[in-house]
Amino acid sequence: MFNENELTFTQVKMLDEEGNIIGNPTITTSDEQLREMYEWMKKARILDQKLLRLQRQGRLGTYAPLSGQEAAQVGSAYALTKEDWVAPSYRDHAASMVHGLPLEQIISYSKGHLYGGKIPEGLRILPVQIIIAAQTLHATGIAYSSKYKGENSVAITYFGDGATSQGDFHEALNFASVFKLPVIFFCQNNQYAISVPLERQMASKTIAQKAVAYGMTGVQVDGNDILAVHEVTKEAIERARNGEGPTLIEAVTYRFGPHTTSDDPTRYRSEEEVKQWSQQKDPLIRLRKYLENKGLWDETKDNQLEESFNDELNELIDVIESKQIPTVDEAFDYVYENKHDLLVEQQEEAKRFLANGGGE
Amino acid sequence: MAQMTMIQAITDAMRVELKRDEKVLIFGEDVGKNGGVFRATEGLQAEFGEDRVFDTPLAESGIGGLAIGLATQGFRPIPEIQFFGFVYEVMDSIAGQMARYHFRTGGKFDMPIVVRSPFGGGVATPEMHADSLEGLMAQTPGLKVVIPSTPYDAKGLLISAIRDNDPVIFLEHMKLYRSFRQEVPEGEYTIELGKADVKREGKDISIITYGAMVHESLKAAEELEKEGYSAEVIDLRTVHPLDIETIVKSVEKTNRAIVVQEAQRQAGIAANVIAEINERAILSLEAPVLRVTAPDTVYPFAQAEPVWLPNYKDVIDTAKKVLTF
Repeated sequence: MFNENELTFTQVKMLDEEGNIIGNPTITTSDEQLREMYEWMKKARILDQKLLRLQRQGRLGTYAPLSGQEAAQVGSAYALTKEDWVAPSYRDHAASMVHGLPLEQIISYSKGHLYGGKIPEGLRILPVQIIIAAQTLHATGIAYSSKYKGENSVAITYFGDGATSQGDFHEALNFASVFKLPVIFFCQNNQYAISVPLERQMASKTIAQKAVAYGMTGVQVDGNDILAVHEVTKEAIERARNGEGPTLIEAVTYRFGPHTTSDDPTRYRSEEEVKQWSQQKDPLIRLRKYLENKGLWDETKDNQLEESFNDELNELIDVIESKQIPTVDEAFDYVYENKHDLLVEQQEEAKRFLANGGGE
Repeated sequence: MAQMTMIQAITDAMRVELKRDEKVLIFGEDVGKNGGVFRATEGLQAEFGEDRVFDTPLAESGIGGLAIGLATQGFRPIPEIQFFGFVYEVMDSIAGQMARYHFRTGGKFDMPIVVRSPFGGGVATPEMHADSLEGLMAQTPGLKVVIPSTPYDAKGLLISAIRDNDPVIFLEHMKLYRSFRQEVPEGEYTIELGKADVKREGKDISIITYGAMVHESLKAAEELEKEGYSAEVIDLRTVHPLDIETIVKSVEKTNRAIVVQEAQRQAGIAANVIAEINERAILSLEAPVLRVTAPDTVYPFAQAEPVWLPNYKDVIDTAKKVLTF
């Protein structure tokens, strides 16, 4: 008989909350890489806060903030090469940004622009996925392609703890392990699916252990420890490239803010809990302390980065806001490769309506 | 030319395309070694290899999602959903994902997927196998929905569907799989999607239909002929997008029409066809356009099928109501 109590999952940790290395881990990441990852995290935090403010000012649609989860996203995405594919959810802009998605694209998508989901050519990123866990299957399909074509690329898919309750998640893990595909299932366990806490989501002790049932490697990592996240992701990628199949990574983290701008998290989380995470376990502070201890970073550098990135963002937002909004008739062009007769007719009607001042 | 059943014509279409284009992949439940529960993929794995024609674990949503991932990589997947009654398991992949992908990505990604699936009543399947759910599909922008009624059409339409860059739901009526043979050309030929076919010309009434009901309608037309009525039978072949031109042209000629579908009456293809006729040709009509459909109950158990399903007698009855209006 199998007993869950016999399973032991040790959470991988490498950097403590004061920025000190824990024990004697094998580290393959250079300090220079860590500095660069810090910059990505900082930028992601600034972008996130900026987009939240824009939403509050009515200049952005509903937005799902990611603050608190930067280490999980940046640390993992930083381990990819540009040949690899990212299949993100709606809270994974930091991962997409590290993988090369232009800021303009992220902001346009959040503004509800018609072309917000049009990922620029050459970038191996799928459009943001809304349906929980659907992207895990798409990443599996991509990984099938990579294996079939004999390519060296892997696919990584991002999702949350809630997604692990979905059938698609389990189907994806099963398909990926049966076909032994080069895919990494990267779960950001931020402990709440909107308001529902993890213990209402599952009765198992960890998400990582679900890998056992599918005959694949499962890893639980401190999701706010970017060094550990980066190392375990690198290992998973290496296994995938070596033909050893998929890995499920559970990065334990926390979202500081609401689920989306329409959510009020005070209804389901205590102030102390939020404080504990946002003040003691902030992934940015942890890495910053590490870098400062090593003399690789300081207050001045931090302020400079903040200022220059804020300027960059403000300029970009000005450009985006001054652009003409596509009219609704353009939407007809993308339903099919070629419009059918009824769509042509309806598009003409929409054009006439707009020309006559409709939609004002 | 060979005489083929519809299932043979379908296999032949896939063989032609697997041979022509290495991006074509076939997968689903039991499609590999077993050749599919209806033998639609008979011999294809042996001929094209286990990487291109393969069994998946038993999970419809997974099959749909896999197809989407592969389509983003330039493949032309032909996933099989073993029975279309199981489509609810894969509705997100179909209606939520593949139907919208081209749109959501501003045209960056095509979804050249053909979801093949057997459906339809009259063959005493267990529950939840026989439903006509094309209306659900036709309601979804981004999908094309094709239903062949003959072996010849099935092959030409399937080849077109595989070559199409948009997702196509290709529904194969189980009753038609082996009910008759027809001459089917060898090699490749295509039949344009979105084009109806006049299966029988007539001048007194247009019977607009698709799938297995094409044959009930043709039989009805023969009977009506004996009573002096000349019925035109239009096989839609693609139920979305509709071939409005052919429908309207026919109605303008006959001035009377009925629409015949095997699906239940509520919110179906027939309702849509009638609405289009009303909007475009009402001044040509000498009588209201009526429908022949199954009733709005849940699909019944096999023993009730023969009574529940529409047949040529229902078609004759309804046609006469319109002819004598």
